[in-house]
Amino acid sequence: MIAPAKPPLALLGQFGDAFDFIFNEQIGRFSGGEPVGGPEQVLDLAATQLELTGLAMALALAVALPIGLWLGHRGKGELLAVAIGNSGRALPELAIIAFMAAAIGVGLLNLTIALAILAVPPILTNTYVAVRQVDRGAVEAAQGMGMSAVGVIGRVELPLAVPTIMSGVRTSTTNVVATATIAPLAGVLTLGDFIINRNVYGDDGVLAGAICVAILALALELLLSVVQHLLTPRGLRAVAAEAA
Amino acid sequence: MSSNPRVRALIAALLALALVFGVTACGDDDDDDGDGGNGGAQVIESNPDNGDIAITVGSKNFTEQFILGEIYAQALDAAGYRVEKDLNLGSEQIALESLRNGEIDAYPEYTSTALTSFFEAAPEDVPADGQQAFEESEDDFAQLDLTAFPPTEFSSANAVGMLRSQAEQQGVETISDLEGEAQNLTLFGSPECRQRIDCLLGLQQNYGLQFDKFTPVDIGLRYEVLDNGQADLSIVFTTDAQLATSDKYVILEDDQQVLPAGNVLFVARQQTVDEAGPDFGDTVELVQEGLTLPVMQELNARVDIDKETPERVASDYLQEAGYVE
Repeated sequence: MIAPAKPPLALLGQFGDAFDFIFNEQIGRFSGGEPVGGPEQVLDLAATQLELTGLAMALALAVALPIGLWLGHRGKGELLAVAIGNSGRALPELAIIAFMAAAIGVGLLNLTIALAILAVPPILTNTYVAVRQVDRGAVEAAQGMGMSAVGVIGRVELPLAVPTIMSGVRTSTTNVVATATIAPLAGVLTLGDFIINRNVYGDDGVLAGAICVAILALALELLLSVVQHLLTPRGLRAVAAEAA
Repeated sequence: MSSNPRVRALIAALLALALVFGVTACGDDDDDDGDGGNGGAQVIESNPDNGDIAITVGSKNFTEQFILGEIYAQALDAAGYRVEKDLNLGSEQIALESLRNGEIDAYPEYTSTALTSFFEAAPEDVPADGQQAFEESEDDFAQLDLTAFPPTEFSSANAVGMLRSQAEQQGVETISDLEGEAQNLTLFGSPECRQRIDCLLGLQQNYGLQFDKFTPVDIGLRYEVLDNGQADLSIVFTTDAQLATSDKYVILEDDQQVLPAGNVLFVARQQTVDEAGPDFGDTVELVQEGLTLPVMQELNARVDIDKETPERVASDYLQEAGYVE
């Protein structure tokens, strides 16, 4: 699409240029002599992207987890939880950012809220479904023992729901870290700068930015799967291992 | 609600019909205060010979570019060509690359941008006269196998915008007046502004200004950030609707001529021009005759402020100016 057909090695050449961009600072053609690329800039932007992702996920969890747990425990609001889950992902991020810009300006707060809105639907839906699917016998046994509602949720339903909830958290995190790429359009510099600003960073920069975001997403996914393993109750781990 | 299924179906059908009428009524903006139709304008005639020729018209990534792309595309379509649009490509380097590798056949570019970004001229060397700038760029374009058509009447430039109230309060009228104040002021611009010589880089190097902070934002939010008080200064365009329709904003005079103005040139692949025949150039030069500065600002206003689509605004322009029936 971009250029006439090149031999396979040249394709590697393009990736080679991208990796060169990541590891070596270079003078961009249109950056007015300012150096671009290199590990320092890449790590700086990646750190900002992680910070933004962390803040957005924290906000989303603080909102979605309690609501999902309560609705799931009560068995009510299934339509709400599922509808939000399906339609929430369709919200256009840039429109949300522009909408909030008038009231709260652009920048970290604006982006955190916008990304948290993106993150809530999978967490809410998965939490609700996870709690609904907890073994009724266990819940009834706990209630029979005289546990309060909070006790049932915290000591029975939540631990048993961890695998499905974590699955939602992982989906959300991947969505958020990928979408945090557009942050430079709203005042926060992340790896998206390499992609948005192709004028300055060139094709090498665009590919490098994409590679870095992908690596970041994969790294977070790995980290969260370890977290999931640690949070899953030992009894369930055996079941999960057997099923795997 | 009646339980008779036929009655319910009828009610549903009537509601649907009402909804359709309601939506189309909302979509139609009927307060066109015409631009004073150009009585002597020539109507573009459709030439059946052009039907074999496919042309893809591109544009860069902001309102004025969308409108211009639509105008040229619709005009060429009226002349009988098979036109496709590929608007919102990105900034000029991306547009140039798309043009050179054939993804698009033509797009509207500014003389200043072409000279400084493609042909490495210094901003202060860009001629203020549009015709002169056009002639200077012709040879450079030819070397890239591209043809530029003669310039539009209006020109556009980056500008440093401020709230009028704040400018009066701080007593700044020119960009040079910012010296000494700049370190307390925040500047907002597009992400690429940081490294452009006709943007932040030029302000830093040629005016010697060091701002407290530069924040990148999407071009579409350039007035929003002034309104909500986040930005002391924002990079805007001299053809912006908001400058013409409201007294709220002021642009600082570019006394050292670091932000060059550019007229629009329609740039096309030489190959396309050769294949398309004389109607191509004639149509392009015809439809841009009506593009004076007030007209361009009015068109920008209809999109940015009245929220009409660029497609609709372009088609209205062609009709009001008499190029299309």
